[in-house]
Amino acid sequence: MIRAAVCALALVAAPVVALADDTMPPAPYAYRQLDDPVKEAKAQKLMETLRCLVCQSQSIADSDAPIAGDMRNQVRLRINAGEDPEAIRQWLIQRYGDYVSYAPRVTASTWPLFAVPGGLIVVAAAVMRRRLAKRKNA
Amino acid sequence: MLAELGLAILWMAASLAGLQLIAGSFSLTKDGDGLGAIVRPVAIVQGVLVALAFASLIMLFVETDLSVKLVADNSHSAKPLIYKIAGTWGNHEGSMLLWVTVMGLAGGIVAAVERRLPERTMMATLAGQAFVSLGFYAFLLFASNPFQRLSPAPQEGNGLNPLLQDPGLAFHPPTLYLGYVGLSIAFSFAIGALVTREVGPAFARAMRPWVLGAWIFLTLGITAGSYWAYYMLGWGGWWFWDPVENASLMPWLAATALLHSVSVLAARNALRAWTVMLGVVAFSMSMIGTFLVRSGILTSVHAFAVDPRRGGFILALLAINIGAALVLFALRAGTVTEGERFEVTSREASLVFNNVMLSCILGIVLLGTLYPLVTEAMGVKVSVGPPYFTPMSAVFAVPMLVVLAIGPMLRWRHDRFARVRAVLAMPLGVTIVAAVGFALGGVRSPMALLALSLAPGLGVASLLPLRGRHLARAPLSLWGMVVAHVGIAVALFGMGADAAFTQQRLLAASVGQSTQLGPWRITLASIEPVAGPNWTALEADLSASYAGGAPVHLHPQSRTFWAPPQTTSVSALHTVWNGQLYTVLGEETHDASSAATPTGRWQLRLWWKPFVPMIWLGGILVALGGLLAMVSRVRQDLKRRSVRTRSRERKA
Amino acid sequence: MSNEVNPAKAPRWTLWLPLALFLGFVVLVAAGLMHPRDTDIDSQMIGKPLPAFSLRAASDGRDGLSTSDFRQGKPHLLNIFASWCVPCGVEAPVLAQLQRQGAIIDGIAIRDHKADLNAFLAKNGNPYQKIGADDVSAVQLAIGSSGVPETFVIDGKGIIRYQHIGDIRYEEIPMMMQKLKDAES
Repeated sequence: MIRAAVCALALVAAPVVALADDTMPPAPYAYRQLDDPVKEAKAQKLMETLRCLVCQSQSIADSDAPIAGDMRNQVRLRINAGEDPEAIRQWLIQRYGDYVSYAPRVTASTWPLFAVPGGLIVVAAAVMRRRLAKRKNA
Repeated sequence: MLAELGLAILWMAASLAGLQLIAGSFSLTKDGDGLGAIVRPVAIVQGVLVALAFASLIMLFVETDLSVKLVADNSHSAKPLIYKIAGTWGNHEGSMLLWVTVMGLAGGIVAAVERRLPERTMMATLAGQAFVSLGFYAFLLFASNPFQRLSPAPQEGNGLNPLLQDPGLAFHPPTLYLGYVGLSIAFSFAIGALVTREVGPAFARAMRPWVLGAWIFLTLGITAGSYWAYYMLGWGGWWFWDPVENASLMPWLAATALLHSVSVLAARNALRAWTVMLGVVAFSMSMIGTFLVRSGILTSVHAFAVDPRRGGFILALLAINIGAALVLFALRAGTVTEGERFEVTSREASLVFNNVMLSCILGIVLLGTLYPLVTEAMGVKVSVGPPYFTPMSAVFAVPMLVVLAIGPMLRWRHDRFARVRAVLAMPLGVTIVAAVGFALGGVRSPMALLALSLAPGLGVASLLPLRGRHLARAPLSLWGMVVAHVGIAVALFGMGADAAFTQQRLLAASVGQSTQLGPWRITLASIEPVAGPNWTALEADLSASYAGGAPVHLHPQSRTFWAPPQTTSVSALHTVWNGQLYTVLGEETHDASSAATPTGRWQLRLWWKPFVPMIWLGGILVALGGLLAMVSRVRQDLKRRSVRTRSRERKA
Repeated sequence: MSNEVNPAKAPRWTLWLPLALFLGFVVLVAAGLMHPRDTDIDSQMIGKPLPAFSLRAASDGRDGLSTSDFRQGKPHLLNIFASWCVPCGVEAPVLAQLQRQGAIIDGIAIRDHKADLNAFLAKNGNPYQKIGADDVSAVQLAIGSSGVPETFVIDGKGIIRYQHIGDIRYEEIPMMMQKLKDAES
């Protein structure tokens, strides 16, 4: 939505993160796709669900931050080596915690995220039933 | 002088809002009858005054009066006029003034034109509107005065971020604001109706144009915002379930539900308490969304300065406004009777289903957006993003879309499914054919396949209510519904196509190099420097030929601004009937051994996105459908009113 | 959001449900407002062994760095830094002070050119025993660091004991020395 405006401003107003930038060329696979389209698709799908650590509200698949490029490089190299995407996600979660993954897991602190939709289905069904079961006395 | 005048006018408007609240409330008591007469005029004058205050702020920006702090902080004498004007609301104080201006004007218009409701309900409604406005006036006057002077005045203003100097971004926020604040009228009507317990078709008809109007602006605002994010960010994403995006989606979901329940109430005098509840919820979502964006409480880098004091002020405001409304609801809703009954196979029942599903989606978006706050209170950081929101909302959206295909064909009150079964064979067949076709065609993602197969069936089903009718004589409101529903199908198809068919090519190309991307043959013809008013750029000339046809030229830029110094990619898009070619120029690649050795190869990011523009085309169709419905309703209302006046004249 | 559709038949208490949910929201965000968000992303590798790595020398004056350098029985500070990072220059004298107090400091230079780094060390001093070059942030990612500068305390067996995010200030020197001491046991 307003994210465009927002990111634009962040570039100007973020005094914390982007104090300076390196002059190194991006990592080999930061802006390069894997030759195997099946593996590239796997990598792309995973990258879209990993959080860029410095840009706060972007996935690494759509960030120009150097560390996002380095993370893409890692993901592509590991996928290319035959690693499972979920194993790579776990590897990152072991290092940065659940924050790094946009796909929440069911844990002691996140179970309501999954229980509430289930509850909503039950409530919705109950409401529909009560509302509609009275057709006989209409 | 103008700044002091503007501030004085703002104070006067605020006092009138106070008067409106007191007079409106007293007129509801036994001996307050006489006070009622002044409420409408006061509301109108309040609207005019606050609009004048806003106009004086715009004038200050146009003149670039740098002795006003807000202007000095956000404007610059050398800016084009349109961005000087847009700068008025491109900041916290100005946007809050815009907020109360819209509220004041909307209240004034209601006071001027709405005559159908019982006068007591109107008094309560206008008092409610004044109550909500007063909070925002207080916020403006005590915590974010837009007219504050700066002494000494600086030589030049700070300017506006050059990236925000885009016509789209200049008008996207006020569009959303019109939607957010338009819903305040629905909120006030709900309050008024709860106070006097007068919930019925007249209430629904009075509320409907406001809900429709606000909803049209919300739809347009969200559609436009999504498109700008798509082309501005340079990665081709159009929706990321970011908290800021969700903040605009939640009021839309509530308003969409309200729009449908208000129709049931108007046509069938059913769903009374539910409609009132949604009226409260819709504007509450606007306020909550604004709060979440402004307070900086969620991880979403956002456009306004984070100030915890302001966050606290807005929170107190919404706690009072929404809390009071919900207490009133809890006390009164039990005495608002349920209204007319209906059966499972009836248009009402399908609209109830739609409402329940939309509310569930709203619940999930709210939960997922706020949940990181919950875990943070427990000391754990989590992220909730697309992998959660997309499937979870699909759980509720898919059944809703199925019912959307059937519902409009059902009659009010009661109907037999057998009557519509034969007609529904066609959309069902289309869906099955599409599902099989796309599955065989290699669409693997279940979400994309679901969207791509549901959309065509839904499109056909949406047109069915027109069958057997003389198209030119079909009521405009029916056309509105059909166009809006087709728009949903169109957007859904675009979303599915984006997920299923998008092809991406990243490469480091030297001049003269070609690459194949889907049906496109793309050649980097040249890289040339170009200069703009406050930037310089390197511009690529990409020659792209579709399936061997005549080449078109795209010119993506890597643009460097001087003040503040920053480099951004400006994408170049080419739209054809079946999709969009999306190109971005990155930086020149460097040799790993030394930064000083350029390789003459440039990073290019290219996407071929079949049918993706349908997402925004669908959004525009949805808004257009809303507009048709609104025109039709307003025309009906005017006709009814003139009939009533005439019959009254005849009696007299 | 209550899904209340039929208040005439619904139990009374359901009418209060929306208010209850809303109050929950207010409490939640009020708490959130009062405790400003901490934007640091803590490494989850504390208490775990350093991942295996072997980095080439980043500068002319110091050797490269590998995991085995941290298994020599004495605790080390591992400073993640870069010549292009402004706070790293600010932090340099603090690191020098730590070194004078007896801390063993190793460095990993992120995305840095040898010439730039040599110049940085010449200007700001060189408190490092060894400096490894991490050109694609691979080791940085492996130890859960998300920016520069960060400083890890690694004990004599190569176990990560503590992470300090951002530049170390003068007043934090005793704290860091204490962390190193704690890591001896």
